[in-house]
Amino acid sequence: MSDNRLMIAVPRGALLKETLNLLDAIGVDTAEVRSNDRKLLFRDVGIITMRPSDVPTYVEAGSADIGVTGKDVLIEQGEREVYELLDLGYGGCTMVLASVAGDDPMEEARRRLGMMRIATKYPKIAARHFAATGRQAEMVEVKGSVELAPLTGLADGIVDLTATGTTLRENGLVVREEIVVCTARLIANPVSHKLKAAAIDELLERVRAA
Amino acid sequence: MSDATGTAPAGAPTIHPIPSGTRDVLPDEMRELRAITATALEVFTRAGYGEVQTPALEYEDTLARGDVRGAPPVYRLFDEQGRVLVLRSDMTVPIARLVATRFANAEPPLRLCYLAHAYRGVRPQRGQSREFLQAGIELVGAEAPGGTAEALTLLCDVLDAVGLADYRIGLGDVGLYQALLDGYGVEGAARERVLHELVTRDFVGLEREVAALGLDAEAAALLARVPQLRGGPEVLAGLDGQAAEAAEGMRSVYALLEPRVAERLIFDLGLVRSLGYYTGAIFQVYDPALGVPIGGGGRYDELLGRFGRPLPAVGFALNVERLHIALAGEERGERGA
Repeated sequence: MSDNRLMIAVPRGALLKETLNLLDAIGVDTAEVRSNDRKLLFRDVGIITMRPSDVPTYVEAGSADIGVTGKDVLIEQGEREVYELLDLGYGGCTMVLASVAGDDPMEEARRRLGMMRIATKYPKIAARHFAATGRQAEMVEVKGSVELAPLTGLADGIVDLTATGTTLRENGLVVREEIVVCTARLIANPVSHKLKAAAIDELLERVRAA
Repeated sequence: MSDATGTAPAGAPTIHPIPSGTRDVLPDEMRELRAITATALEVFTRAGYGEVQTPALEYEDTLARGDVRGAPPVYRLFDEQGRVLVLRSDMTVPIARLVATRFANAEPPLRLCYLAHAYRGVRPQRGQSREFLQAGIELVGAEAPGGTAEALTLLCDVLDAVGLADYRIGLGDVGLYQALLDGYGVEGAARERVLHELVTRDFVGLEREVAALGLDAEAAALLARVPQLRGGPEVLAGLDGQAAEAAEGMRSVYALLEPRVAERLIFDLGLVRSLGYYTGAIFQVYDPALGVPIGGGGRYDELLGRFGRPLPAVGFALNVERLHIALAGEERGERGA
């Protein structure tokens, strides 16, 4: 029943292009994936595509044997039982704490109100950062366009991932603290890691050589 | 939103919730689960294992004495005298207590089996219930490697009898990586950091922490590589020096196994299990139809001593719900993991 072919979970979005380039370099045909951005399952080449934050879900359940996602996703979903096999090096981003330029509104909120409100898509990473630095903060979880929150008074600051800082600058935000640097990682389902060891190790070798 | 205390709209069914991570079992599923458990008990009994039952509630101190780190009890209550009771998170520790108290003078080996629920604070999902049924055995007073080989053989017997076709058993040794760290003098906080990466399955972090130890290149490469080794007997054959010495226990078990058991084995030098009481060989059951292990076990040669009857022991438990899911998956020919 189960052959030795691997099903790979590929993240759409910022990591897609470099992930497909990597797969090409190790001999996986990604032409159909590149030419079709609505289709999700490419059974012939063993690829499924999804948003990066869903990759650990599919890999943990065994619906994909291996997958590529950001370290940010893996830290935020730290309870997922997956193997982290390799730092792929690309997709480098920094998780930062940012607020509007000028006098830091987070500082005033902390001093006068005792705690800050922080908008983020990464409530666990953000909460851990504030706990580790001994500050009280309330996490406001938003699903997208985090930069809007401090501009409208929803929050005093944001915790978000930034590659170049352009979006932050365009919205008048400045980085106050860097929390962690995140790159793309190759992950594996724990059962696949044992039952398809040869196929996974061979793929690892090709990725290392690519 | 309506619940047991709220007011439901007219005509809507009243919802009486059950605790998160628990579930009801209805007749169709129950019939299939019963077929599995009846077969398992029959196989255990035929092999000379006597069925026992212990209370679902134990004193918190009992489980703490057994070291269930990694799978701690999460449901606590007080009895009328203010003593702390817990719902057992594991069956091996209660059976160690039972053996030490009820069989204090019995001639070993003792062969016991059980079909019992245990309770853990897991994140509820399919195959991951907070109340879960285990079918397992404990073989007390049988040393490695003979006792371990008997347990592995019985494990194959029961999986074959319930009709699981494509399962494999990962065999590791909790002492193996510890011995390597001992050999290179890795101690204290640095050792804890290395082991943390191993337990959290982060090989990127493992390589980083191993590199930070400042060992020579050969030693660092070995410490980073060994936990990633898994496969057939060639894995053991490929080891040399310290690693080969550390894997001697696995080799001696393998030498005792019948071919039908040996061919199911995957040697897994990076295998870790969450419970703290394991001392030597550990194993886990995998099936391609399920993304999580179906069960597992190992040696716990020091656990009985903590209850006052020092005896070597080995055991395993199968998660009946997961076994059922894997059987159903194999029947449907699902690819799964």
